[in-house]
Amino acid sequence: MTATEERVFVKPPSEVAKQRRGEIEDASRLPVKVKIRSLNFYYGGQQALFNNSIDIPAFRVTAIIGPSGCGKSTHIRVYNRIFEIYRSHRAEGIVEIDGKNVLSPVTDLLKLRKKVGMIFQRPTPFPMSIYDNIAYGIKLHYRASRGEIADRVEDALKRGALWGEVKDKLSEPATALSGGQQQRLCIARAIAVEPELILMDEPCSAIDPVATSKIEDLIETLRDSYTVVLVPHNMQQAARVSDFTAFFYKGHIVEFGPTKKIFTNPDNKQTEDYITGRFG
Amino acid sequence: MKESTAAIANVATCAPRDQSRPDAVFKWLAAACALVVIVIMAGIFFELVRNSGMAFREFGFSFLTSDSWNPIAGEFGAASSIYGTLVSTGIAMIIAIPLSIIIAVYLVEVAHPKVSGLIGGAVELLAAVPSIIYGMWGLFVFAALMQTHVQPFLSRHLGALPLFQGPPMGIGVLTAGLILAFMVLPFITAITRDVLMMVPPVLKESAYGVGSTMWETVRFVSLKYGRRGIVGAVFLGFGRALGETMAVTFVIGNSHRISASLFSAGNTIASSLANEFNEASEPIYLSSLFALALVLFGITLVFQTIAHYWVARMQRLEAGDR
Amino acid sequence: MRPRSRAQRRAADTAIRVAMVPSALIGIAVLAWILWEVIARGVGAFTPAFFTELPTPPGMEGGGLGNAILGTLLMTLLAALLGTPVGLLAGVFLAEFGPSSRIATAVRFTTNLLMGTPSIIIGIFVYSILVLPFGHFSGWAGAVALAILILPVVMRTTEDMLNLVPDELRESGLALGAPRWRVTLGIIFRAARTGLVTGVLLAVARVSGETAPLLFTALNSFYWPGSLNQPTANMTVTIFNYAMSPYSDWQEKAWGASLLITASVLVVTVLARFVIKDKGGRA
Repeated sequence: MTATEERVFVKPPSEVAKQRRGEIEDASRLPVKVKIRSLNFYYGGQQALFNNSIDIPAFRVTAIIGPSGCGKSTHIRVYNRIFEIYRSHRAEGIVEIDGKNVLSPVTDLLKLRKKVGMIFQRPTPFPMSIYDNIAYGIKLHYRASRGEIADRVEDALKRGALWGEVKDKLSEPATALSGGQQQRLCIARAIAVEPELILMDEPCSAIDPVATSKIEDLIETLRDSYTVVLVPHNMQQAARVSDFTAFFYKGHIVEFGPTKKIFTNPDNKQTEDYITGRFG
Repeated sequence: MKESTAAIANVATCAPRDQSRPDAVFKWLAAACALVVIVIMAGIFFELVRNSGMAFREFGFSFLTSDSWNPIAGEFGAASSIYGTLVSTGIAMIIAIPLSIIIAVYLVEVAHPKVSGLIGGAVELLAAVPSIIYGMWGLFVFAALMQTHVQPFLSRHLGALPLFQGPPMGIGVLTAGLILAFMVLPFITAITRDVLMMVPPVLKESAYGVGSTMWETVRFVSLKYGRRGIVGAVFLGFGRALGETMAVTFVIGNSHRISASLFSAGNTIASSLANEFNEASEPIYLSSLFALALVLFGITLVFQTIAHYWVARMQRLEAGDR
Repeated sequence: MRPRSRAQRRAADTAIRVAMVPSALIGIAVLAWILWEVIARGVGAFTPAFFTELPTPPGMEGGGLGNAILGTLLMTLLAALLGTPVGLLAGVFLAEFGPSSRIATAVRFTTNLLMGTPSIIIGIFVYSILVLPFGHFSGWAGAVALAILILPVVMRTTEDMLNLVPDELRESGLALGAPRWRVTLGIIFRAARTGLVTGVLLAVARVSGETAPLLFTALNSFYWPGSLNQPTANMTVTIFNYAMSPYSDWQEKAWGASLLITASVLVVTVLARFVIKDKGGRA
């Protein structure tokens, strides 16, 4: 194992994680990455989230499921305050990442967003080369020599499981990549700025099944070094890749627990109805 | 791989950049640039009012109603210029509005796509031709045609009307109005075409479905659906015609006289300014020209504001409909 | 209730259809006619001297409009350098910073008013702020007048083009922790660059054919534009002066200048349209 990986993979590598996912872990015993208390969200006068409270465990993949329009995306868009670029959107409550309330007015947004990466429904390659897409974020946050940046770009692309496919065409425009490759590029771009928490808002909804499975494999490896919050584009994906699952319904968090439990033996009747396909 | 480790460790320890201040600077800079237009508009208004003060103090309200324009006697009135501006613009709009709409309907509903592309392209190019070229063409080419064919034809058949009496000189108010029509036609056509293309096919299909003809579909469905855009286009054309300078200056004949005949020479506010501004030596003459400019500025402002609120009101009404 | 006569309805439809073709032909015919006259009458003036030499008095052989061509290029370039950056940033303000705020609404409305203000009024305004106080006409004043014409057009194009950039791109830039100004200049501008460049080109091409704003600012001159601090020769005012003169050799030069300016404006316009169409095809 190389030094890079030693530094980054402080947590059990993915093989261990895979085994571990068979068991049912108690979320309350794990370190908390994001602690949310009574979060309400409004689109203008319309309330979209009601009193959300949840503890997102560190170094795990947490999936957020629920019928469309139930507030899944809205919920995670509060974590990095990206909703704020729209004037009428408003959040209130407590969203603590590592014990600091990000909704506080003194939060340094740029620092917050460096710490919290985000992947969107559609791939969003910037209109520049593959290399520059990754380098962009690095140059934003660090003063680094050309060589350092090149190393970092390579590293990010490797961790984004894209290096092998693009290493010979780094200077080509990123828009020339396939949809699945673009999405992995976006993940690598997010990784390149060294986030601790990665938000994924239906990252596979716009790409084909083969590309989807590659991204799911990638998410598998990400949990070793990052906390991931994922809005999957279907329930199967949640079952496949997540450790914990939260079920949202009409802006409320109905149930939160280990994925295995939620999918086999939920406590709540609504959750069960949704899982078994009786609505939504 | 070993190197990259060192690099990353190195990079990671660098102090993050502080970027919140540049962001605020950027926002304020952008805001300042946006405010430049307001400063310019206010500046125009202020300068025109300031410089026209002498004329308005001297002539008062009669500046607007008097048609005497005599630089030697120092008497100035704007009536003939205002009259010429409104008449030439009126002629242009009477011709351009129906013609533009018919061409737009043809391009969208009837013409073969290739023909439509060709004519549409020609219309867009017409919009790009500089106005002084219209002036050259109007003076040296079109005025001759007016003199030898159009004006004699009109006085032969419609000579009973005072509008079409007098010697055919080629240049004059009618010629200026026609040139203006050619100039605003492409603007109205292009926008109307775009508006008609935005009409949802379902809407047209359902109109045809109940047995409408093409013209009925256009008249009762498409034009109604796009009326806001089309009204906006008409206002835009009107505004251009009001303030158009060079094309008119070439062909209107530049006479400060109000005449019933459209064949006779006249002037517009813009053409008077173009012709006389650099020659005005007396302060009162210059001030009167500034006053003339203020009148033109005022007309276009009032007109555009009305257009703005009218279109906004239509938008509200339509929103209410749905 | 009586049924409408179907024959009448069909007749109305047919009448409109019949009127359409000649109406549409007018559009093509006028363009073709103008182009034909400009080319036929202007091409004779094109000699090497036309592009390189100073004007001669009426009746004297030779000479050219080299000074006017250079002056128009200089003032248009300067106007683009003055007007474009301000217009781009102002467009950024409208599209990116609170597009529905009260101040943005006011700015947008004022921009429309400025776009609808006759260019001769702009000329008079610049005359009263840059010519009267200094006591002389100048190329600077001409460039400023043209820049004021460029500004609102660039603003509107920028706003429109930036609005076409999907929000997701904006969000993913910000989500990386990039500050707003870097997202805008580095990502959004790049994504919208084709539209922005063509928009600016079209605006610049259009003002390069303007006459009215130069009449009282740059005026005209028979000499090379040695300094922009003095009256500066330009093609459009030259066309006006020469065309109104009684001398046939001057009128011929006016046609030559007309051809040159029409050709340049139309070539830029056509190129810009092709770029936009090409982009639309790929998107």
